[in-house]
Amino acid sequence: MHIPLLRGGKPYESLNTVEVKDFRTGQAVAQLSQANSGLIRRDLAKAAANKSALDALPVHELLQICKNAAALFLEAELPLNSGSQTPDDYVRNLSVTTGMPESLCRINMGKIHKVLDDMAAVLGGLTRGLDISILDAGWGEQGGRSLSYSVQTNNLGAILPNNSPGVHSLWLPSIPLKVPLVLKPGSQEPWTPYRVIQAFLAAGAPEQAFGFYPTDYSGAAEILMRTGKSMLFGDAKTVATWEKDRRVQIHGPGWSKVIFGADQADNWQKYLDVLVDSVSTNSGRSCLNASGVWTPAHGREIAEALAQRLAQIEAKSMTDPEAGLAAFVNPQVAEHISRLVDDGLNQGGAEDVTARYRDGGRIAEVDGATFLLPTVIWCDRPDHPLANTELLFPFASVVELPQDELLAKMGPTLVCTALTEDRKFVHEIMSAPNIDRLNFGAIPTNKIAWDQPHEGNLFEHLYKQRAFQSATH
Amino acid sequence: MLTDKIKQAKQTLDAHVRDIVNWHFDPATGCQFWLEYADKLDFDPRNEIGGYEDLKMLGHFEDYWLRGGPVRKWVPKAFQKDPIYVFETGGSTGVPKARINIRDFQTDYELFSGTLSDASFPPGADWLMLGPTGPRRLRLAIEHLAQHRGGISFFVDLDPRWVNKLIKRSKHEELELYKEHVTSQALNILRAHDNIQCIFTTPKLLEALCEKIDLAKMGIKGIFCGGTEMNAQFHRFAREELVPGIDFVPTYGNTLMGLAVNKPFDPADNYAIIYYPPAPRAVFEIVDPDNPDQLVGYNETGRVALTTLTKEFFMPRFLERDEGDRAEPIEPYPWDGVRNLRLLSSLQQSVVVGVY
Repeated sequence: MHIPLLRGGKPYESLNTVEVKDFRTGQAVAQLSQANSGLIRRDLAKAAANKSALDALPVHELLQICKNAAALFLEAELPLNSGSQTPDDYVRNLSVTTGMPESLCRINMGKIHKVLDDMAAVLGGLTRGLDISILDAGWGEQGGRSLSYSVQTNNLGAILPNNSPGVHSLWLPSIPLKVPLVLKPGSQEPWTPYRVIQAFLAAGAPEQAFGFYPTDYSGAAEILMRTGKSMLFGDAKTVATWEKDRRVQIHGPGWSKVIFGADQADNWQKYLDVLVDSVSTNSGRSCLNASGVWTPAHGREIAEALAQRLAQIEAKSMTDPEAGLAAFVNPQVAEHISRLVDDGLNQGGAEDVTARYRDGGRIAEVDGATFLLPTVIWCDRPDHPLANTELLFPFASVVELPQDELLAKMGPTLVCTALTEDRKFVHEIMSAPNIDRLNFGAIPTNKIAWDQPHEGNLFEHLYKQRAFQSATH
Repeated sequence: MLTDKIKQAKQTLDAHVRDIVNWHFDPATGCQFWLEYADKLDFDPRNEIGGYEDLKMLGHFEDYWLRGGPVRKWVPKAFQKDPIYVFETGGSTGVPKARINIRDFQTDYELFSGTLSDASFPPGADWLMLGPTGPRRLRLAIEHLAQHRGGISFFVDLDPRWVNKLIKRSKHEELELYKEHVTSQALNILRAHDNIQCIFTTPKLLEALCEKIDLAKMGIKGIFCGGTEMNAQFHRFAREELVPGIDFVPTYGNTLMGLAVNKPFDPADNYAIIYYPPAPRAVFEIVDPDNPDQLVGYNETGRVALTTLTKEFFMPRFLERDEGDRAEPIEPYPWDGVRNLRLLSSLQQSVVVGVY
C-alpha cells in the first residue's frame, strides 16, 4: 500500500518514502510518500488560485458538503491511492501504527464525524453566533449592524501529531470557512487526514482545497513559514521555536487540571468519576486530559481513591472491545517516561500511590505491545518536579495547597474544571489569565461542547473583523 | 565486453595503488605523516602492498587525523616547493577536516569536464557558481572548470556553517532571509550577464532560485548540482518541474576525494542517483557497517568506504558518514559505484545537513 502526497487533491507518488510500520511486528503497513521541501514551496505558490476554488462555493453549500463528508468518513469505502479503504481498514491501520486500541480509534472516528456532521453548530461556537453566510459577500448585517470580516490567509497549514486522531477535528472548520488546507500528517498517523480529505472530495469539495504533504523537519518548517496561518501540534520543545510567530497557532502540552475550592474539597468523593474521566479518557493522550488535581484539603484521600480506580484499567489487546489503554509504539519511550517518573519520586516528597494497587510494575506488556499503566502521584508541594507534568498516558499528580495559592502556582492550564461554589474563588478563577477553557462543576476536562470555541479559536485565527461602511447598498 | 573492461580497470587500479604507495612511503617523496606511520609498522608497505586488496594492511584512515595541525605533515616532500592550498570540509561535524592540495582539484575537474556535454555546457559559455566558497575547494574548482571550458565564472557565496547554526537554533526566519540574500545576488548576476549559460549550485539553492525565475528563459543550458539532499525524488523534481529542458547533472564531491559522476540519465533507473568515483584516483567500497572489511553484495546497503589515491593525498579506506547501495560496474565506469547515497542511518539524528 502506498499513501501518496496530495497536490491540489491529486495523488503524487514521491520516490522518497518512509515505512509506516505495525508497531508490534515492525512490518510495513504502508509506504508513505515524502514531499521534498521545494515541491511544497512550488505548490504553495498556487495558494491564491486554490482559495478561489473554495470561494466559489457559498457557505451553505460547504456546510452540506461537510455533512455529506461526515457520513462518508464514517461509513464509506474511500479511495486510497489506486486502492480503497473501508472504515474497518482505517480503524485497523490506525490502531496498529499508533498503538491506540481499535475501541478508542472508533470513539475518535465518532468525534470527527460529529464535528463534520454538526459543522454549522461548530462554526456557531467559533464565531459566537455569526450568520456565517456573511463570509460569502465579505459583509452583511446582523442585529441592525454592518459586519465585515477579512480573511487573513490563502491557506491553513497544519503540522499534525501522532498521539490522538481526535485532534484532527480542530482543522476541519477551515473548509467551510473557505480556507484551503496544507497538512503535514504525523509519521505514524497519515490515515485520518488522508481519509478526511477523501471524504471531502467524495462529498464534492474542490480538490484544490487540499494539500497533504508527509515530510521531514525542513518540509514542516517550510509549511509553517509559507502558509499565511498555521497550527502546530507538538511537545514543549517543538513548539517553543514558533511561540512568538503570530501566524502559528500553538497546540502544545495542555497541563489541564481539576481544582477544588475549599468549599467542595470535603465532597471530593462525589466528584471521583469526573476525576477518573478527566485523567483516563482516550488513554490520557489528549491535551484536554487532566494531569493534575489541585486541592486545598483531602489530597491524600483523593490520591488514594483515584489511584484505586485507575489501577483497574488494564492493558489489553489492541482488538479487545474493552481496551482503554493505548500502547507505546516505541517501547524505549515508555521506559524513558517511567524512568523520568522514578527520578522524580527519588527526589522525595512524592509517592506513586498507584503502585500499591497494581500487581507488578508501571510498565506492562500484552500481545507484544508495551504499555504504561495509569499512575497517580501524591506530591507534598506544588513545586515538586512531578506536580505539573504531562505525560502521554493516564498520569496525574494530586497536590494539596492553600486555596489562596492555588491559581498562582498551578501554571498554564488549557482546561480547568473548577469544583467550587465559593463566589469569591469563582471570580478569581474567571479572572485567571493562565486558564484557557473553563468548566465549572462536574464536567470532565476532556468533555467538549462543540458549540463553544475550541482552544485557539480557528475563526479568529483565519479572519479579522474590520470596520465597514457602504454607501452603495 | 564489460567483463574485460572490469578486469582491465582492476589491473589499472592495482598498478596505480603500487605507484601511490611507493610514492607516499618513499622518504624522498612521501609526506611526514605516512613516513612516521610506516615507522610504526612491522612491514614496509612498499614491499607488501601489491594491489588494492592489500590496502587492508594499513587499516582504515581515521577522521581525526585530518582535524588540526600541523597541516604540513601531509605535504609530500616532492611538492614542498610548490604552492600549497589547504581546503576544509563543510564543518557540519565539529572541527573541520583539512586537506592539502597542489593541483588535484584542477585534475579532478578537468576529468569531470570530459563527461559534460558541449551542447548543454557550451565551450566559451560563462558560469555562475551559487554555493559555498570560503575555505572549500569548490570555489577554485568550479572556476577552474569554467576556465578549462573557455568560460569565466561568477560567484555568490553561501556560508554553510552559518546555515547549520541557524538550523540548529531553529532560526527559520533568519534562514529564509539569508537564502533570500543569496538568491537575490544570483538574480542580479544572471540578469546582468547574458553569456552565463551554466550553473553550479546545490539542491536547496536551485529550488530557491527557480522560485524566482525560469532558468531556461534566462538562457541556462546546463546545471551541475551537488551537495546534500540529492536523492531520487529531488532528481525527478528537478527534471520534471524545476528545470525541465535543462541538462541536469547531479554530482557527489568532497574535499577528500574529488568528484564522482552520476550514471548517464536513463529513464529505466527511475531517477536513482548512481555515482561512480574517478577511478583509479578514488575508489568507493560499500561495506558492512559492523564489519568494514566485508563488502556488501550488489544492490545491498552498506557504509561508504572511500579511498583517495593521488600523489598529493593518500587516504586508504576512510569510512564516510554516508551509506548507500552498492552499484554494479557499467560500460563507461567499469568499477563499483554507489546508488542512493544518504547520511548514515545511525547519524541521522545528530548531524545537521544544511541548505547547501
